[in-house]
Amino acid sequence: MATAAETSDQTATLTTRSEDGLVILEPGGDWLIGAIGKFDSAIRRIEDGYEPDKIRIDLSGLRRIDTAGAYLLGRAVSKCGDPDGDWHYLGGHEAARSLMADMRRRLAHCPPEAEADGGFMDVMARVGRAVEDAWEETWDTFAFFGRVLTTGFGVFALPARMRWTATVHIMETAGVNALPIIAVLSFFIGAVVAFMGANLLETFGASVFTVELVGLSVLREFGVLITAILLAGRSDSAFTAAIGSMKMQQEIDAMKVMGLDPYEVLVIPRVIACVLMAPLLTFAAMVTGVFGGLLVSWATLDISPAFFLTRMQDSVDWSHFMVGMSKAPVFGLVIAIIGCRHGLKVGGDVESLGSRVTTSVVQSIFAVIVIDALFAMMYLELDI
Amino acid sequence: MSRGETVIEVRGLRSQFGTHVVHEDLDLEIRRGEILGIVGGSGTGKSVLINTILGLKQPEAGEVYFNGKPRSAMRRRDRDALARRLGVLFQAGALFSSLTVQENVMAPMREHLKMPVSLMRELADLKIGMVGLPDNAGPKFPSELSGGMKKRAGLARALALDPDLLFLDEPTAGLDPIGASQFDELILELGRTLGLTVVMITHDLDSLHAICDRVAVIADRRIVAAEPLDALTRNPHPWIQEYFGGPRGRAVLRQPQGG
Repeated sequence: MATAAETSDQTATLTTRSEDGLVILEPGGDWLIGAIGKFDSAIRRIEDGYEPDKIRIDLSGLRRIDTAGAYLLGRAVSKCGDPDGDWHYLGGHEAARSLMADMRRRLAHCPPEAEADGGFMDVMARVGRAVEDAWEETWDTFAFFGRVLTTGFGVFALPARMRWTATVHIMETAGVNALPIIAVLSFFIGAVVAFMGANLLETFGASVFTVELVGLSVLREFGVLITAILLAGRSDSAFTAAIGSMKMQQEIDAMKVMGLDPYEVLVIPRVIACVLMAPLLTFAAMVTGVFGGLLVSWATLDISPAFFLTRMQDSVDWSHFMVGMSKAPVFGLVIAIIGCRHGLKVGGDVESLGSRVTTSVVQSIFAVIVIDALFAMMYLELDI
Repeated sequence: MSRGETVIEVRGLRSQFGTHVVHEDLDLEIRRGEILGIVGGSGTGKSVLINTILGLKQPEAGEVYFNGKPRSAMRRRDRDALARRLGVLFQAGALFSSLTVQENVMAPMREHLKMPVSLMRELADLKIGMVGLPDNAGPKFPSELSGGMKKRAGLARALALDPDLLFLDEPTAGLDPIGASQFDELILELGRTLGLTVVMITHDLDSLHAICDRVAVIADRRIVAAEPLDALTRNPHPWIQEYFGGPRGRAVLRQPQGG
């Protein structure tokens, strides 16, 4: 029977002897789960090496036994047609006999998990699956985008359906609360660009062009990219996690049953909040980025702030600012859509929540950089 | 291994969260080989009591004794040895969602035992069979199982190390009546064949009636009674009278014992 604590465990033993072509197993002591692991290979050898009807088990030395011990001992004779036959057993131990029979009856035969063979075909199959997945993901994102657009038009046609409270709340958590970190990061990026520029341009005696370098790079690219990447890391993951955990708790189903459209309630406010906040955050990032560049120029190149600003006004065109700002709402839209889509894709388990959050952040940063490249090509063609 | 001696003893337990006192001067004895049911209204601290016995929560006062040894005086080695003797089925199964059912059952074995993985796998199959899951349940992930199957898988994991003490938190909640009574029979059968001591929290009057040797009632922040069900129904405590005297309680008690 099962272990009892008041008697100290006696060491489990197993001896085997051969007699007239029979092999006799002699288990001794307490056959409990913690002690029997070492007998597995010995018993397996006997199972494989002898005819099942030549195996005898001598139970007379056995004291206590639990289910694991009964299973292991019973396995020795389980290939025999009559594993519970009395002739298999020497010495009486009723509890062990009945437990062994019971265990044999209850064993489930779980099919082994299909293991990948790792061969060439397997690798090809995985590559193929990955390509198909990537295609489906892209397709799905566009489908989701379309669905958001139609819902969005519906909401614009009937503004009473717009959820302003939720939108403003998300504007605060995803936008305003992100302001300090975005401002600080952008400040440092501006400072770094100025440092690099100052070092490099000084060798040509053209250190004054640091102003153009900072202005151009921060206004055109870094301000908006820093904002987008932080939104992707901060808000996109929050959207996926929030919507995903609602999905897991069946809150989304509850909404649908009440006649609420989850796209209208959850997705549209987030999309609008992101589209509105991204340009504002980008503007803040530009200001602090330029400020960072200005401070470094002042400190290392003796370019006074007044001169820095005058030169920037003279030589950096407004169009760079407009190019940077024009990208911001697009990035905000893409980030919100990817975050919400993955949130609604979360399945029933915790695992899928984690993997969806990861995928959504990776995808949105990927999308931001690809779209940025497309913008760069477009503006190059347009000569802006 | 004499039946009936005390294996777990809770003495003078006080549990509180902030100013909210859940237990005050609570005493409970759990005897070897019995199936003890714990009942009480919602929020009376049934799960808190179990968590305190399991060591998941530190009591504010009082002590839990295992075979006469106080838990607070145990060293790490003793606690590990104790952990091996305990099996717990949490309310929602608490299966590891990233592991298959078979791997879930193997998890405590991997942690505590030295044995070949092939034998662990076979023992896991054995436990899966013991709790009545079908053969194809082993390679499935918890998210692919129904609620009842999750409970069975959780029970299989709780039984992985052949524990002496089995704690069940609402094992039959959320199961249909047929599934619930099958689960009851399973616990009863496992308890009898393996000589387990079972402590179960339950609201299921049928379970109490069918399998519990004794029922402990939590009310007024302590155990007001711990006795066999038919003695309990004659207890004059107002909450107990309301509990068993209500329409649901009366319906169960009309059935013949052992149903």
